[in-house]
Amino acid sequence: MTTNIPSGDNTLIRETIAIREIGRLERFLGPENYRIVTGLVKTPASIMGFILIGLFVIIALAAPLIAPPVTPNDPYKIPRDGFSSEPRPMMSAWERKPPPLPFWWKTITGTDKWVHILGTSQGQYDVFYGIIWGTRTAFRTGLIVTIATFLIGTIIGSISAYYGGAVDNTIMRVVDIFMTLPFLLAALILAAVLTPRIGKSLYPAVIALITFGWMGYARIIRGDILSIKERDYIMAARVIGVKDSSILFRHIIPNAIFPTLVLASLAIGDVVLSFAALSFLGIGTEVGYADWGQVLSFARNWITSLNTYWYIVVWPGITLVLFVMGWNLVGDALRDVLDPRMRGKT
Amino acid sequence: MTTYIIRRLLLVPLLLFGVTVLIFLMLQVLSPVERSALYVKDIPKNDNAIAGIIKQYGLDKPIYEQYWRWLVGHTVNGQRKGGILFGDFGYSRTASQPVVNLISTRFPNTLDLTIWAVAPVLLVGIWLGVQAAVHQNGFIDQAARIFSIIGTSFPTFVFGLLMLMLFYVNLRWFPPGRLSDWASQAVYLNSFHHYTRLLTFDALLNGRLDIFWDALRHMLMPILTLSYISWATFVRVTRSSMLETLRMEYVTTARAKGLREHDVIFKHAQPNAMIPVMTLAGFQVVGLLGGVVITETVFNYPGIGQAAANAAAQLDVITVLGFALFNGFILIVSNLVIDVLYAVVDPRVRLS
Repeated sequence: MTTNIPSGDNTLIRETIAIREIGRLERFLGPENYRIVTGLVKTPASIMGFILIGLFVIIALAAPLIAPPVTPNDPYKIPRDGFSSEPRPMMSAWERKPPPLPFWWKTITGTDKWVHILGTSQGQYDVFYGIIWGTRTAFRTGLIVTIATFLIGTIIGSISAYYGGAVDNTIMRVVDIFMTLPFLLAALILAAVLTPRIGKSLYPAVIALITFGWMGYARIIRGDILSIKERDYIMAARVIGVKDSSILFRHIIPNAIFPTLVLASLAIGDVVLSFAALSFLGIGTEVGYADWGQVLSFARNWITSLNTYWYIVVWPGITLVLFVMGWNLVGDALRDVLDPRMRGKT
Repeated sequence: MTTYIIRRLLLVPLLLFGVTVLIFLMLQVLSPVERSALYVKDIPKNDNAIAGIIKQYGLDKPIYEQYWRWLVGHTVNGQRKGGILFGDFGYSRTASQPVVNLISTRFPNTLDLTIWAVAPVLLVGIWLGVQAAVHQNGFIDQAARIFSIIGTSFPTFVFGLLMLMLFYVNLRWFPPGRLSDWASQAVYLNSFHHYTRLLTFDALLNGRLDIFWDALRHMLMPILTLSYISWATFVRVTRSSMLETLRMEYVTTARAKGLREHDVIFKHAQPNAMIPVMTLAGFQVVGLLGGVVITETVFNYPGIGQAAANAAAQLDVITVLGFALFNGFILIVSNLVIDVLYAVVDPRVRLS
């Protein structure tokens, strides 16, 4: 392929126009999308965001090594150390059967007595374990909801933009209706309706977040398709007689989908936040399931004595804040890159 | 202008229909027995009586007929039962009272809270945004930038819990709840008139500054929790919109013909820069009604959000859906108001 690029050896060309080498990634993504990708890793803030996200990915992947489960078949159950309701301080020893000792504990501390590093919360649930395995729950729910809302939104938005007219009008009014209720309230309601039917698990909240989460993507992809439809190269394709379906699937959607895709992948932070909010309110998983919202909700009965039991709020709180901040930092950079006024600048 | 408003008004029945259908569909997840709580206070235990009620209220009828009955209610022994259009949302199992009563006692508290959360943001937040734009990279600008990155990363409930920990437990500055004991007794006296049913305003109208101050002190933490994200977004949006307007040519013209800088900023640039801010204000209304659910729960503040969260946690679906309907009605109306205001402010909207 290098032969297609004007050769740098030609001094005449080199002196008249600046030749920019086009790398493999840029060739693959196209100039517009390449600009988005490089824009994301340009500022210190967004790099910081990627580092934070990366840390959480590592924690999620290495969860069994960082905090070995008592029952490997059901690792999402936070191990309890007794049943008394009062939280116990950080670094207090396990009294009942402790989980297996993680490998790093002995190297760092030199002892082989496993402790509640971050204390226990109401009901003697281990806070550290809840946070570590909660990371997995966060990524799982985040990925499921994001992928599902993205697919639903893209399909509906594409249909709307492709057919136009009455179909478009109807679909957009349905979108309006779904957007009338505040997102969190609507999700709360649907999750509460579904819970008695499917039981306490991840699913009521996940289904609720999907049901009320797709509209944004539908709107964005619709707008992008509508604007790409008018571009010259689509006109060129029409002129040389390319079929309608192949114009849509080969020329329009691949070019329209990228910004939405990036936007969707950065929405994981928001999804996790909403999910945590629902389970904080007591909707969602069964008691003792490792998810951040629930670990935080244990603190609700201890508000008047938080000066003693601060660790049951502060640690899960910081975890959630860092997670959301990671996605927000990258998302901020993305907003700058996707800003239409920035288009065409490198 | 009139055509625009008429067109916008025509959308209202459509939205109403859509929202009621959406909520009705969610109701259909319940069994007919559970749905009978829409019409009767006590669901009987024995099978015959249950079958009778299902038959009487047509809960086994085709779905469109059920929808219609749900909208307008039934006439049983000359008395109307149910009918959400007449404001009958059913009976709340968890609060042991009709859902509408629950809403009408709780809503003034929520409204009180939201007014105090929104008004300062609109007044001061916009001013701060304008200042941040005029003195770009100055102190307000930098502070707003840092604050908004940190602010938007704090989940409401984490922020609320930390506020409680700091200001209530450790520093003991602000109490949670609604009123101190002495004040709630004073409010129940006959001499205290409930003109608006909004506590802070009633206290002012009764000339009781001490009660007003007490109510505000109790509300300060929820107000901050509810509005800290709005502060961040308002300052940021006002700033960027203002910056963009200040770069426009008509602003240069205004400067070139020798207007005072103060007039250029506040008379020429600001009105135009406010248009995106108004859109944002509309979103904020929607966002706040969702936000009160968490804020009120964290602070145990007796508003509709806390009631909805409690009902949801106890899986009292009839009550939760009642709140959804109420919220839907409010939002349809407030969106209408915002759209019309939008047309008043921006001629491009009403002429397009």
